[in-house]
Amino acid sequence: MSAALLRIEGMTKRFGGFTALDTVSVDIMPGERFGLIGPNGSGKTTLIHCISGALRPSAGTVRFEGEDVTGLPAHKRTRKGIARSFQIPRPFKSMTVRENLAVALDFASLDHGLSAGEQTEHVMAILTRMGLAAKVDALASSLSQVELRRMELARAMAARPKLLISDEAMAGLSSSEVDEVLDLLLKLSADGITIIMIEHIMHAVMRFSSRVMCLDAGKIVAIGEPKAVMENKRVQEAYLGA
Amino acid sequence: MHTSKGLAFWLSCAAFLLAMLGLTLVTGNEYPFFAGYVILQFIVLATAWNILGGYAGYVNFGTSAFFGIGVYIAIMLFKALGAPIVVQIAGAALAGAVLGFAVGLLTLRMQGIFFSIATIAVTIIIETCITNWKFVGGAAGIQLQRPPVTAPFDSYVKMLFFVQAALVVIAVAVARYVQGSWIGRGLQALRDDELAAECTGVPTLRLKLLACCLSGALMSAAGAPSAMYLQFANPESAFNLNYSVSALAMALIGGTAHWVGPILGAILLGVTQQVLTVTISSEVNVLILGLMLVLFVVGAPAGLIGLLRFPRRRLPADKGGGP
Repeated sequence: MSAALLRIEGMTKRFGGFTALDTVSVDIMPGERFGLIGPNGSGKTTLIHCISGALRPSAGTVRFEGEDVTGLPAHKRTRKGIARSFQIPRPFKSMTVRENLAVALDFASLDHGLSAGEQTEHVMAILTRMGLAAKVDALASSLSQVELRRMELARAMAARPKLLISDEAMAGLSSSEVDEVLDLLLKLSADGITIIMIEHIMHAVMRFSSRVMCLDAGKIVAIGEPKAVMENKRVQEAYLGA
Repeated sequence: MHTSKGLAFWLSCAAFLLAMLGLTLVTGNEYPFFAGYVILQFIVLATAWNILGGYAGYVNFGTSAFFGIGVYIAIMLFKALGAPIVVQIAGAALAGAVLGFAVGLLTLRMQGIFFSIATIAVTIIIETCITNWKFVGGAAGIQLQRPPVTAPFDSYVKMLFFVQAALVVIAVAVARYVQGSWIGRGLQALRDDELAAECTGVPTLRLKLLACCLSGALMSAAGAPSAMYLQFANPESAFNLNYSVSALAMALIGGTAHWVGPILGAILLGVTQQVLTVTISSEVNVLILGLMLVLFVVGAPAGLIGLLRFPRRRLPADKGGGP
């Protein structure tokens, strides 16, 4: 078995007396399509906040490509190749779509030296893949919900990630839109990007994931083949209530 | 296209400085320079304020702390070493940058309103320290004898006027550079959404500290010539909250999205204040300032540049601006 791209060991996060994550350990392999499920409040978003550096864990370590990144601020982790989208889109709303991506190009991939022409080329290549090319000069604040989700993924892609964490990129979308975003993620995966997908939409999780992990109350309930996890009794209890 | 714009900018700067120099040489009366100095000083303060307050969205109420530090560093250097005005300004700028770094490190981890409150506290702390420092005059203030004026100027006020004009050019050039560079884009990103910026690779704390240092250095530099201008300084006037309120109001009224905004705001408010001071009374100033601020916040939230539709430079502006 090859070395893990991302290794999480004994990850615990407490908010006061509330334990949101309780000694979670998991390895994510290069190229994996990893589905993360669990009921609301089970600690999914807390886990990816800890991976991306938005939150510091109370205990435990995060290793990325063998290197301990637990103490690094979020922007350094992004530069090492961990990019994410947000559950509720967080665009730079005073900027155009182009400028949103330029932030990632300037700061995450550290391409300060790119000429305006090269930058435009990069931006357009990503936007074309994401189906947003027509909106390149639109203000982020004028985008629709599905466009915002796409722009979030495009911005994450502009950071040239090795690991992309998609936090409920499909929530609130119509079923055809869900399929669109899903196809995008599958395409990115085919390019060799490792993806962690948090999702509530089960058919999307089933179609996408090569492995699924279910969290409940901050603990791993089940992990493994998507089908096996879905049929797991404790997973069903967690979702339906015991 | 960028280079031709840059050339136009620097040519305008040179023309501005030459014009100011020319004015000091041909005009005999000192009063226009006495009044003009204040307006130039406010252009520097508003421009400096905007680097942190406008670009990064961190509202700084501590302009007077930086201004006052500039005044007193200049006094200290002058009294202790007899330092010339250029050295006073450089020393003040350095002190302002250090203060900016220190205040930034202590407070910029706080977001939004907490930062603003902390900057007020800093003003009070520093003012209290100066008030109790005998060497620079303490609470009673200090009288200063101007050194002889250097050629080609025939009066000290005219020379200070020109010095402040040079500071305007420096401040505006710095603001313009920041706005157009990756620093400006990073600041804009963190103003829009700090967490998203951080997760997009923007080193938010470092950029905020940089903005705070630059802004602080320019504010203190603007204060440095003030002691010689009035030939007197006391803590109450050097740390007057009026500087904080004016700098903020001028930037907001002018518009914070573009470096031209604070210049327009400072000229509009500065000229109005000078005219009112002469025609009615200096107390009416503050009232007018408040009224204009309310008017603009309600009627033109993007400021004068919003009203005039001054285009913010889009990246690369090949298809024009927004929708």
